[in-house]
Amino acid sequence: MAMTFHLDVVTAEQQLFSGMVEEVIAPGAMGDLGIMPRHSQLISKLRAGELQYKTSDGMASLFVSGGVLEVQPHVVTVLADTGMRAEDLDEAAAREAMKQATDALQGKDPEDLDYEAIQTELESAKAQIEMLHRIGKLRGH
Amino acid sequence: MAGGKEILSQIKSISNTKKITKAMEMVAASKMRRAQDRMKASRPYAEKMRQVVGHLAHGHLEYQHPYTQTRETVKRVGYIIMSSDRGLCGGLNVNLFKQALRSIAEWKKQDVEVDICVFGAKAAAAFRRYGIVAQKTHMGDAPKVADMVGTVKVMLDAYEEGRIDRLFLVENEFVNSMTQKPQVTQLIPLVASATDSIKHHWDYIYEPESKEVIDALMQRYIESLIYQGAVENVACEMAARMVAMKSASDNAGTMIDDLKLIYNKARQAAITQEISEIVAGASAV
Repeated sequence: MAMTFHLDVVTAEQQLFSGMVEEVIAPGAMGDLGIMPRHSQLISKLRAGELQYKTSDGMASLFVSGGVLEVQPHVVTVLADTGMRAEDLDEAAAREAMKQATDALQGKDPEDLDYEAIQTELESAKAQIEMLHRIGKLRGH
Repeated sequence: MAGGKEILSQIKSISNTKKITKAMEMVAASKMRRAQDRMKASRPYAEKMRQVVGHLAHGHLEYQHPYTQTRETVKRVGYIIMSSDRGLCGGLNVNLFKQALRSIAEWKKQDVEVDICVFGAKAAAAFRRYGIVAQKTHMGDAPKVADMVGTVKVMLDAYEEGRIDRLFLVENEFVNSMTQKPQVTQLIPLVASATDSIKHHWDYIYEPESKEVIDALMQRYIESLIYQGAVENVACEMAARMVAMKSASDNAGTMIDDLKLIYNKARQAAITQEISEIVAGASAV
């Protein structure tokens, strides 16, 4: 049997996943991170993107909008800001959010704009759409 | 029939009050259930966060965040006090304030100044003369992190600039719907949990810079603790109100029963008197 470690994915609103996995691929702030069992201690910021993990049933994935990842040799904890299961992703909603963010960037007085918040929103929406496309291709749509 | 009318009107007014308390009890019960769900949903995040930060406190890190350093001398401390906006919830707020005042009095004995930051109208009123530096009231039944960060930031900035040396959080712990426990916990500097101590020396690999990661983590840590505290406080408020209103309804019920007895006795006495008067009158003829 393959070596496993414990993975917890939590957001402020809910627990998305808790269980044994063989591998995790996380969207780190400086590039994707592949984590296998007995990885040395690591702590990283996350960007918006797809978090994949391999259980005994195969690969599964979640969407996270950023947060913090902590790795201990046998426990990996993902503290996501917000997150969604792949099947809950909604392309229309993501496109709408992206459109709103783009409009906000262009339309208004630059003085009272919260650039950072809009940027995060935009990246999150973009990452959701990218992830949907990737999954869609795998499923042969 | 002595005072019969007065007793009747009293019964009527008490049964009206009973209707109100009964309604409030039911509203509080349903709100409590929702608040409890919110509390449960955010609990895993807060727990995991506490674990990760606990690991941080044990590691030997290259970058020491100000929140992890304990200052030797304490000249001024800060308190964040969570309370409800509305009353009629039994001794919930009063017990909490007593606990807070006891803790504050201990610092004052050591000549340490106290800064207070409050959430909720009740605490704002109670601590007005103790020097409130920041307050936020009327957050509703579903508090949002965004509403709270500004107020908390006042205290965090004060800590980072060295104006306060300790920061405490005073909140109610939701044990069950009958019991709420007021407690004072130290928010910063972080206290290392003694339970899961890791002995050997190690440090993390950081991505990106250690400062950036730890800062982001600490900010989320404090936010999650404050949010958890606020959500839990709403659940406590609703539970306490439910219990208080239930006992108020019960008391109204016993009062109505007592008054009814008095009314019936008075009516009976009046009838008896009337009969004896008639009998006396008839025998006199």
